Amino acid sequence: MLGLERKDTYLMLAVAFITLFAPIILNPFPAGSALAQFNAGYPDLMQRFVIFGIFAIGFNILFGLTGYLSFGHAAFLGIGSYSAVWMFKLLSMNVIPAILLSIVMAGLFALVIGFVSLRRSGIYFSILTLAFAQMSYNLAYSVLTPVTNGETGLQISLNDPRILDGPSNGGLPVTSLFGAEMRDSTTLFVGPWSWDFSVGYYVCAALMLLAFYLSVRIFRSPFGMMLRAVKSNQQRMNYTGLNTRPYTLAAFVISGMYAGLAGGLLAAMDPLAGADRMQWTASGEVVLMTILGGAGTLIGPVLGAGFIKYFENIFSKINDGILHQWFAFMPDGLENVMVTLIHPFIGKGWHLTLGIMFMLVVIFLPGGLVEGAQRTGRLFRRRDRNAGHVESDAARQRAAAE
Amino acid sequence: MDAILIQILNGLDKGSAYALIALGLTLIFGTLGVVNFAHGALFMIGAFCAVTLQKILTISVTTIDPERTDFLGNPLKVQTPYVENWFGPEIGAAIVDWAVPLAILLAIPVMILVGFAMERGLIKHFYKRPHADQILVTFGLAIVLQEIIKYFYGANPIPTPAPSTFRGSLDIGVWLGFDPFTIIYPYWRLVYFFFAGTIIAAVFAFLQFTTFGMVVRAGMADRETVGLLGIDIDRRFTLMFGLAAAVAGLAGVMYTPILSPNYHMGMDFLVLSFVVVVVGGMGSLPGAVLAGFLLGILQSFASMNEVKSLLPGIDQIIIYLVAIVILLTRPRGLMGRRGVMED
Repeated sequence: MLGLERKDTYLMLAVAFITLFAPIILNPFPAGSALAQFNAGYPDLMQRFVIFGIFAIGFNILFGLTGYLSFGHAAFLGIGSYSAVWMFKLLSMNVIPAILLSIVMAGLFALVIGFVSLRRSGIYFSILTLAFAQMSYNLAYSVLTPVTNGETGLQISLNDPRILDGPSNGGLPVTSLFGAEMRDSTTLFVGPWSWDFSVGYYVCAALMLLAFYLSVRIFRSPFGMMLRAVKSNQQRMNYTGLNTRPYTLAAFVISGMYAGLAGGLLAAMDPLAGADRMQWTASGEVVLMTILGGAGTLIGPVLGAGFIKYFENIFSKINDGILHQWFAFMPDGLENVMVTLIHPFIGKGWHLTLGIMFMLVVIFLPGGLVEGAQRTGRLFRRRDRNAGHVESDAARQRAAAE
Repeated sequence: MDAILIQILNGLDKGSAYALIALGLTLIFGTLGVVNFAHGALFMIGAFCAVTLQKILTISVTTIDPERTDFLGNPLKVQTPYVENWFGPEIGAAIVDWAVPLAILLAIPVMILVGFAMERGLIKHFYKRPHADQILVTFGLAIVLQEIIKYFYGANPIPTPAPSTFRGSLDIGVWLGFDPFTIIYPYWRLVYFFFAGTIIAAVFAFLQFTTFGMVVRAGMADRETVGLLGIDIDRRFTLMFGLAAAVAGLAGVMYTPILSPNYHMGMDFLVLSFVVVVVGGMGSLPGAVLAGFLLGILQSFASMNEVKSLLPGIDQIIIYLVAIVILLTRPRGLMGRRGVMED
C-alpha cells in the first residue's frame, strides 16, 4: 500500500490507528477517579506528543541514518516558531502559510549551517552545530530583538497588519485552519469517561502521519541506503569515488525541515515563540528522545518523544500529598520513609528521574526502548521453545515409564 | 593603551577558568580517550564544596545574651559559629572569613574520590564504545549530578564571598605608570589568575618531571606498547581521571567569589570549555590552556563598547565564531597532534 512493504504497511496502519484514537487510548481511566492523573488524553499534552514526535523523527533521519550527532537541532525548531508567528502577524491566522514558511525558513538555515558543519564529522560536527545553535540563541536574545522580541518572546497583537484577515474585531484572533479554530474541541462523554477531540491535535496528528510516512519511504529508499552506508563506513564510500557530501547535506536539510515543521506547529497551537526553544538543552532533549526510543529505528523516536513528554507531565504533577495517598496502606513510619525516599524523584526533581533513566538506557540498552521490546519479545519466544522442550521431555519420560 | 590592557586583564579570569576546565577535559580525552560531558558538573561540584564548607563553618549555636536586649526589650539571641567557640572569636572569625580558600583542602579529596568513583563505576565500561555513547552517558550523568545538587542546595545562586583581605580592588595602572584609577582590577580575580597559573604549572610539571608523569605521557602516545612493557597503564589513567576531576573542582572552588554558584553553572561552562578544547586541538594540553586564555581575552575585547557599536552582538557570539573559523581552517585545532581525531 502506498509503495510500502507489507511489514511497513502494518506499522504505518498501527501508528495511524494509535494517533487517530489517541484521545480515547490515552484516557483509560474515568475522569474523577484516583487514577485520572495518569490520563494523558488532554489536547495540550497530545499535541506535544505528536509535535515532538515529528521533531524526533526528523532528527532520526540525520542521526539514526548517517550517525552525525547534531547538538544544535533546536535552532531549527526556534526558527520555525519565529517564522510561523511572523506569518500570523503579517499575513493571516491560517496555519497553512505559517507552517509552510517555517518549513522553508528552517530548510534554508539548515542548508547554510549544514553546508558549513558537514565539512567535518564526529565530535567536530557536534561542536560546529552546537556553536551555530548557541550563536542563534544568543543573537535571538540580544541583537535580533526587533525580529524576535528578545526575552519577552514574539507574540501576536491587535495592531498587527494581517493582510488577508483584515482588522480583527474585539479580542486577539486565534490560529485556525480555514475557519476551524485550533483550540476548538468536542468532548465526548461515555459513562464515567470523557474524551477530548481537539482540532489542533488532529491537524498535528495528520502532519505527523505524513512525516512518519515520508520517513518510512526515506528509510527504505536507495537514498536511505546511501545514508546508512555513510554511517557504517564513510571512508570506504569516499575511496570508491563517491561524494557523500550531497547525501549527508540532503539528510541534514530534511531533518532541519522536520524541526521547522515541529516549530511551526508549536507556534500554531500557541502563537508564541521564545528564544529558549533554541537553547542547547532543547537540542539535548531531542537527542534524549531519539536515543531513548531507539536511534535508527522507525518507531523509536516517536516512542521516545511520547515517553519523555508523558513522564515530564505526569512525574512533575505528582506531589507529596499524592504519594501519601498511595502509601496510605502502610504503617505511618514506613509510609513517611517511602515518601521521603521517592520525594527527590518527582515534581520538580523529575529531571533527576529522566537523567537516571537515560543513563540506564544508554548503558544497558544502546538500541533504546525498541531494542528493549525486541529483547523481551525474544525472551518470551525462547522461553516458549524451552517450555516445549520440557513438555516433550516429560512426554518422553512418561512414554518410557509406560 | 590602558583600555586594551584592562580588556586583557578582564579576559584573564574567565580565560583561567576555561583553561582549567579545558585542561582537565583534555587530560581525560588524551589519556582515556573519553569525551566527558560531565566535566562541567565536576566544576560545579567543586564550587559546591566551597558552599558546603562555608555552611559547615557557619553552623552556629544560639545562646541568649542576658545583658543585651533587642528592640522589643527581650533578651537578645546571639548566634555564634561553633568555630568561634572552639578557637576563640578572632581566629574563628578568620576561619569563617577564609572559607573559600580553605575549601581547597576539602575539595581535593572529595573531587579525587568523585573522579575515581566516576571512572571505575561508569566510564570504565565505555572505553570500547563509540564517542557518541560516551557523550550521551556522561551527558546523562551531568543531568543527574546537577539535579542532585539542585535538590540539596536549591535553585538559587548562593553567594560565597572572598576573604575580606581580597575583597577590594587594586589599582594596577599606577604600577605600570598610568594615571591612578585608570586600571582598577579586583584583587580576587588576580588571585584566581595566579592560582590557575600555579595549577596549570603544577600539572605540567607533574607530567614532565615525575616518573609517573612520564609513564602517563608514554601511555597517551602509545597505550598498547606501554601495556606490553608490563606497566598497568589503566591504574595510572584512573589516577589521571581523579587528577583531572580535582583540577576542575579547584577551578570551581576558587571561582565562587566571582560567580555565585548555582546548579547549572557547570552546563554553562561545559559548552564553552568544549569549544575551547576543540579550538586548542583535541588531546593537546598546551593547546587547551592557550585556547582558554585566548578565547577569554577575545570575549572581553568583544564586549568593549567600541567593538559592540561597530559589530552589534559580537560579544555574544565571538567564541562560537572563532571556533567555527578555526575548525574549518585548521582541522586539528590550534595545537592538535597529528592523528588524534582528525576527521
